[in-house]
Amino acid sequence: MKNLAIEARRWILKSITAAGSGHPGGSLSLVEILLAFYGGVLKHDPSNPKDPNRDRLILSKGHGAPALYAVLGLHGYYPVEEVMTLRKMGSRFQGHPDIRFFPLAEASTGSLGQGLSLGIGMAIAARLDGRPHHTYVILGDGECQEGQIWESAMYAGFHKIANLTAVVDINGFQLDDATKKILDLEPWEAKFAAFGWRTYDCDGHDTAAVTRALLAARDDGAPSVVLARTAKGKGVSLTENNNEYHGKALTPSQLEEALMELEAAHA
Amino acid sequence: MPDLPMGKATRVAYGEALVELGRTDPAVVVLDADLSKSTQSHMFAKHFPERFFNIGIAEANMAAIAAGMALAGKKPFASSFASFLICKAFDQMRVNVAYPEVPVVFAGSHGGISVGEDGPSQMAIEDLALGLALPNFTVTVPVDEVAARQFVHQLAHRMVPCYMRLCRPATSVIYDKGRTLDLRRAEIVRPGRHISLIACGLMVAKALAAAAELAKEGLEAEVMDLHTLRPLDEETLFRSLSKTRAGLVCEEHLPSGLSSIVALWSVAHCPVALDFVHLSGYAESAPPDALLAKYGLTVEAIYKKAKAVMLKKDQRCMGF
Ligand SMILES: Cc1ncc(C[n+]2csc(CCOP(=O)(O)OP(=O)(O)O)c2C)c(N)n1
Repeated sequence: MKNLAIEARRWILKSITAAGSGHPGGSLSLVEILLAFYGGVLKHDPSNPKDPNRDRLILSKGHGAPALYAVLGLHGYYPVEEVMTLRKMGSRFQGHPDIRFFPLAEASTGSLGQGLSLGIGMAIAARLDGRPHHTYVILGDGECQEGQIWESAMYAGFHKIANLTAVVDINGFQLDDATKKILDLEPWEAKFAAFGWRTYDCDGHDTAAVTRALLAARDDGAPSVVLARTAKGKGVSLTENNNEYHGKALTPSQLEEALMELEAAHA
Repeated sequence: MPDLPMGKATRVAYGEALVELGRTDPAVVVLDADLSKSTQSHMFAKHFPERFFNIGIAEANMAAIAAGMALAGKKPFASSFASFLICKAFDQMRVNVAYPEVPVVFAGSHGGISVGEDGPSQMAIEDLALGLALPNFTVTVPVDEVAARQFVHQLAHRMVPCYMRLCRPATSVIYDKGRTLDLRRAEIVRPGRHISLIACGLMVAKALAAAAELAKEGLEAEVMDLHTLRPLDEETLFRSLSKTRAGLVCEEHLPSGLSSIVALWSVAHCPVALDFVHLSGYAESAPPDALLAKYGLTVEAIYKKAKAVMLKKDQRCMGF
């Protein structure tokens, strides 16, 4: 694992344990996807975060907020140590992204299924204003069980909203169990293709591969979706592919062990 | 007054009651939208996997499937977080359940801001108003584990379209285990004659604490657990308000819930001095108790407003 990914995972786990609650699993699976965005794909400037021509990124699976908070901190938007106030009274790092406290999130999320529609709205607005930027939406695989995802997918496909790209964090789990057991979404490619989308498959823990897929998707003339194959809880043996940590903080002693494991991966 | 003992969260009592029902009533079916571990419907899933349906993260689909099951003679209990359930499935509740009077019980867990750190997207503060907006819907907020368990059983016995709000944190025990409650009857949990503190959910325990404070000054507050907002127990309301001539309504919700229901009824049937303790907007992430304090749902707020209402009554400045 690359150092930045390890750093992000450390802050995710530390901040969630300090808060005493949060979602480690779906945050850890997002790390490389977010690193691809803030490491070059996203046209976004920490010193001018409200530039009207900036690319927009919406974290539709809002419970993955700790990953967004850590990655933005590591990219100079604020001192990353500040994420230790996660979920505390008055903190900008609310349990789910809240633009009243954290405008960088672009949209308040937390009720699954809504982000793709929000992204379509932003993408259409950009088109109307003749602005060149792109809109990105990160979805969970379980989240795609929501009907609104397919209503918006149908709309974007039919209307060829090409300045829109979705990324699905396909970690194979949702809250109660494995997605395959509750309501499987395979075949992803055929589903999105049938709705008029271009699809790009990639290893969601290979930042370079995610970056390549996102860059290819940007200028392909169609709405596109990057199907990022990930592991829930990635990077720590306690949490990796262990859905017990979908929405449960590590205890302080579990955290210590996890940090040591990540430290070893550094070397 | 000593602090009330803490009991189980009402969502836990809901899960346990479903298991009891599963044993005695083969028509009972349970649905969830990928939140069974939180709503506690997973308990039923474990015992009766063939009668449990995890619909996935698709609340609207779940509501309509439940309605179809009810039309085919089943007794469906469908749960999710209150916020997602009633907001995402509102049209299905309206057209598939309320209007044709199809008996489905919807249980929305994590009602109110006592959800805590998850923040406003997960906190239902509008759910009671939305439930009340649907004709034919019974709308109820069991105050503790005893009430939750009995209401679930009563609903299964006599199925009606229903929205039941459940809460995330453990709650104060208001009722003894042996106490018999009736979904359609409000309870006087502390008698008094100077003012009626009319509350539901976790505000009942706070009203009791405020009543204890008022008693130190010789003020006798009556505390009513008005757990069921519809059908409204007009008899108990009338008996209390016609005696005290003053009411303070307390709810963990916007004023469009219990406050509105009581105000509307009082204006028409028993006009008295009234005031309200309720939420006024969206909260934020923090521990439940800190949020309740910051957003004004406190014993102190009840105590202060109760005194002001009693003064208003005495000065007859209401013109009644
Ligand atoms: C509309 C809605 N229903 C239910 C939830 C509760 N919930 C939070 S996370 C989650 C599972 C999400 O699964 P997935 O999208 O696969 O995310 P991941 O596994 O990456 O955490 C659920 C059901 C929610 N936030 N919004």
